[in-house]
Order: sequence, then C-alpha cells, then structure tokens
Amino acid sequence: MSTARRPRAVAGGALVVLALVPLLVSANVADMLTRVLAFALLAVGLDLLAGVGGLPSLGQAAPFGVGAYTAALLGKHVTTVGPVQLVAAAAAGAGLAAAVGWLLVRSRGTYFLMLTLAVGEIVHELADRWEGVTGGTNGLAGVPPITLYPGGAPVRLAGVLYWYVLAAALAGAGALWVVSRSAFGRTLRGVRDNEERMRSLGYRTFLPRYAVFCIAGAAAGAAGSLWAAQARFVSPADLGFEVSALALLAVVIGGRGSLWGAALGAAVVVLVREALSPQLGGRGPLVLGLVFVAAVYLLPRGFAGIRLRRPRSIA
Amino acid sequence: MTPLLETTGLTRRYGSLVALDGVSLSVAAGARHAVIGPNGAGKSTLFALVTGSLRPTAGRIRFDGEDVTGRPDHARARAGMGKTFQHASLFTSLTVLDNVALATQRAAGLGMAMLRPAGRHAAVAEAAMRQLWLVGLAGRAATPAAALSHGERRQLEVAVALATSPKLLLLDEPTAGMSAADSARFAELVSSLGPAVTVLIIEHDLDVVFRLATRVTVLHLGRVLADGTPDEVRADETVQRAYLGDAALDDLFTEDAR
Repeated sequence: MSTARRPRAVAGGALVVLALVPLLVSANVADMLTRVLAFALLAVGLDLLAGVGGLPSLGQAAPFGVGAYTAALLGKHVTTVGPVQLVAAAAAGAGLAAAVGWLLVRSRGTYFLMLTLAVGEIVHELADRWEGVTGGTNGLAGVPPITLYPGGAPVRLAGVLYWYVLAAALAGAGALWVVSRSAFGRTLRGVRDNEERMRSLGYRTFLPRYAVFCIAGAAAGAAGSLWAAQARFVSPADLGFEVSALALLAVVIGGRGSLWGAALGAAVVVLVREALSPQLGGRGPLVLGLVFVAAVYLLPRGFAGIRLRRPRSIA
Repeated sequence: MTPLLETTGLTRRYGSLVALDGVSLSVAAGARHAVIGPNGAGKSTLFALVTGSLRPTAGRIRFDGEDVTGRPDHARARAGMGKTFQHASLFTSLTVLDNVALATQRAAGLGMAMLRPAGRHAAVAEAAMRQLWLVGLAGRAATPAAALSHGERRQLEVAVALATSPKLLLLDEPTAGMSAADSARFAELVSSLGPAVTVLIIEHDLDVVFRLATRVTVLHLGRVLADGTPDEVRADETVQRAYLGDAALDDLFTEDAR
C-alpha cells in the first residue's frame, strides 16, 4: 500500500469498526459509545474554534447544554422525532453563540477564555434557577425515546440509537471537516496565526471569528441533542464547567486543529471517566490529569502529531 | 494630476511627545516615493498613520480621491493599500503558497467561502503562484513559511502584499537585515513592478533609495526637512547636515534648532 493512501484506509477501517459496534458489544457498552460519539461532536466543534480558529473557549458546555435542554423539552412537549430535535438544538446552540459571540469574539487570549467561562457559568446558573422550564436542580426527567421519523416507532434498542447518533455525529463532523478545509478554513488559520497581517490584507477579522464561534455553537447544540437522546435526562450538570473543561481537554489530548484528533481525545476522556473511574473508586479525574500530563509530554501535538504519512521532504 | 496619496498636516502626539508634526506629503500615481530620515524622525509613525494601524491626533489622509482618515486598516487595504511589515510578518504554520493564497482569495471575495476545498479555487491558487514566480519563490510553494530563510521571508512578505493587487504598495524598511545581494535583487523586483503600482517606501539604506526612488521626502524630528527628486535631495545642505549628525548635535545643545 502506498503511504499516501494510508490515512484514507485507516479512516475507512475506523468507519467499518464504528458501524459494526452494536453487533459486537453489550447494550451498556453501546450506550457508553453513544455518549462518546455525542461528546466527540462537541470536541470536534471546539477544535474548529480553538485549534483552527485560535479561539479557545472554556464555555462550550453552554451551547451543549442549551441544545440538550432544547431537545429534551421538544421531546417532552412537542415532537419525539430525533432529526427535528437535532436541527432545533443546533439552531439553539448557534443562536446562543450568535447572541453572546457578538461581544465575546472581540476579546483576545486570556480575556476570551475568561469571558467564555463566565458565560458558561451564567447559563449554568440560569438552568439551575429557571425551574419552570428547566426543572431546576432536579433536571428534566422522563424524556421519551426519540423516533427516527414522524410516526415511527420509539427507538428503545441501544444499538439502533447508537446508529442514529453515529450517523448524526458523522454528518456533523463531516460538515465541520468541509468547513475546515475550505477557503474560510484557510482564513481562520490566517487569523489564528497573524490577525494584524490579515487586516492588512483587507480582512475584517471580526467576521470569521464570529462565524466560527456560531458554527462551533451549532455543533455543540447538536451534540447536546444527541447526548439527551441517549441519557433521556438533562440536568444543570450537563452544562457545568466540567463539561467545558473536558471538551477542551479532549482537544488538547487530540492535538489542536486536526479535528479527528479531537474525536479520539473525546473517546479517551469519556472512556476514562466512565469505564475506568468506577473501578478506581471515583478517581477518574486523577487519571484524566495524568493522561493530560502524559499527552503534553509524550505527544506535544496530541494524537494528530502521530504521522500516518511520512513527512514530505522539503524540496 | 491628482496625487494617489495625500496627507495634510498629519500630526501624532504621544502625551507631550510629538512623533509627527504637521507632515504634508503628496505621492503621485506611479511614483516610487521614498521617505528617509534618521532614527526617530517619525518614519514608522507616518507609515502606521497612512496604513491605518494608528490614528492621527490631527490632519487628514486622502487616498485615491477619498478621505480615509477615519477608516480602519482593513477598509484601507480593500481600497487598495498593500503593505509589508518591518519585521517579516507571515502565517508561520501555513505553507508559502497558502500565505499568498490568503491574499488572493480575499481579493477574489472568497475569504468566507465554506463549501469547496480551498485548493479547488483554481483562480486563487493560480494568482498566488504567479506572485511566487514574480518574487522567485515558486520552487518553495509547498514549504512551511516557518522554514524559510530570512531573505526568503522578505520575498514572501512582498509576494503577499502584492497579491491583493494594491494601487499603493507601502514598504516599511524592506531591506532591513538583508545581504547586499538580496537588497539589490529586492530593488530590481520593485523597479520591475508596472506603473499601475505606486510605491511608498520607508527606508534606511540610502543606496536602495537612490537606486529606486523617483521622489524622496526627508523627515527629521517629525517634520518634512526636504522633498524633491533624488538629485535635489542629495544636493540639499540641510539634509546632509541631518545625516552627518550636525543638526542632531545642535538639537541636543540648543533650545530650538529650527
């Protein structure tokens, strides 16, 4: 096999394995992997924002949680059709990002980090207090299972739900991948590398920063609806600081800017937290900390730094 | 003929320090106009005011028939001002080709195009390659910009600035840190630009200036000391004194040298 084809072959193989999962594992494991996929979409969106666009946000739990609440509320009161919830949640996430991003993306560096953190905390507080809508600290329980199309049967099988979430997450990540490779993606990298130079070329740099913030918000909202579809329960914890921090951790472990690295990072984060943590008596965060330190030392560019292709020689 | 760029009474103060003091400058279309002056003369301040990265305390700037004094830097760039930076200012994680393509895709209005892969915009890539040929970097298109030598970075800097097809190219000490051979090649490159591009060059190296310029303005202590053809300026006594340090010494020891 030529080395140039290897990444494509690896990607194809990974897709086959992902598609076969429900046939190979128990329902509990399939449920966990469903959560991995939802979290991966959140992380890939954040990687487009932070890794490609140079805007590290510590508040991505806000659009994620808003998406989850949107999907759950729709499920309880309006429609159980999954794709409708998905689109509505993405729109809600994008709407939140559009509302707060108008001001946020004008800040830089640590200020941006702190302001996104503040917005995340405010939205969290709101979910806690606005009991009439969010159920307050009790959260929204009893969310009905989704249906795949109007009038369809409720999806109760973990494997079928997994396939739905896999398809949705792949579509979302695929859209983000297209954006990252486009001329707009190149604009984002330019703004990340050297904003002043971009202005001197005639770019009004607010626009790409604002646009990518909204796109990442939409991805987070969509991820929230996928999360809610599996958990069938949403609480303020879903938009807490921990979710934001873990998403950013996934991006760092995965390697900034590659998108697929962030998906792998998300898998590590969720698996360590859910599969390993109970066996360690709840010391999952400690393991995550060690993984983080190890990743920074051993893989300074994250998983994305592992070359599938030999580096091309410089002519 | 109306000038392409005209400043009137351009002033910039930092507190009580006057960096630029009522500078009126007129750059004719098609000119190779050099601004020279000793350190601290206000050259870089003038450059920043013209390109829009600084706001003037007083005075107006007209460019291409319009008052651009209140316009931000990106709007001036879109109106046709291209600039290079004193210290090579590139997109270091991108390839040489992508660096230039950022300029050509903006010029083509594709900076926010999200669907097609960046490489599939053939016109953008071709225009970028043309600029690389022009500055002699075509063979390095796939190299990361971070791997270029100092001289190559300066070439790329010019290619990026030219790739927006500017009416006015502003060069801020472009030959700083260049070898003599590189400087000569650079001067050749600038003189090879067609008359459609007007050049305003801020320069330390007088060799380069007198080889290139059709008009020279001398700044000294924030004011215009002389303005004329290279020969006139060379013959000017006050200019000679400013450069030989005579006037500078006077400034040190007398209250008001002027």
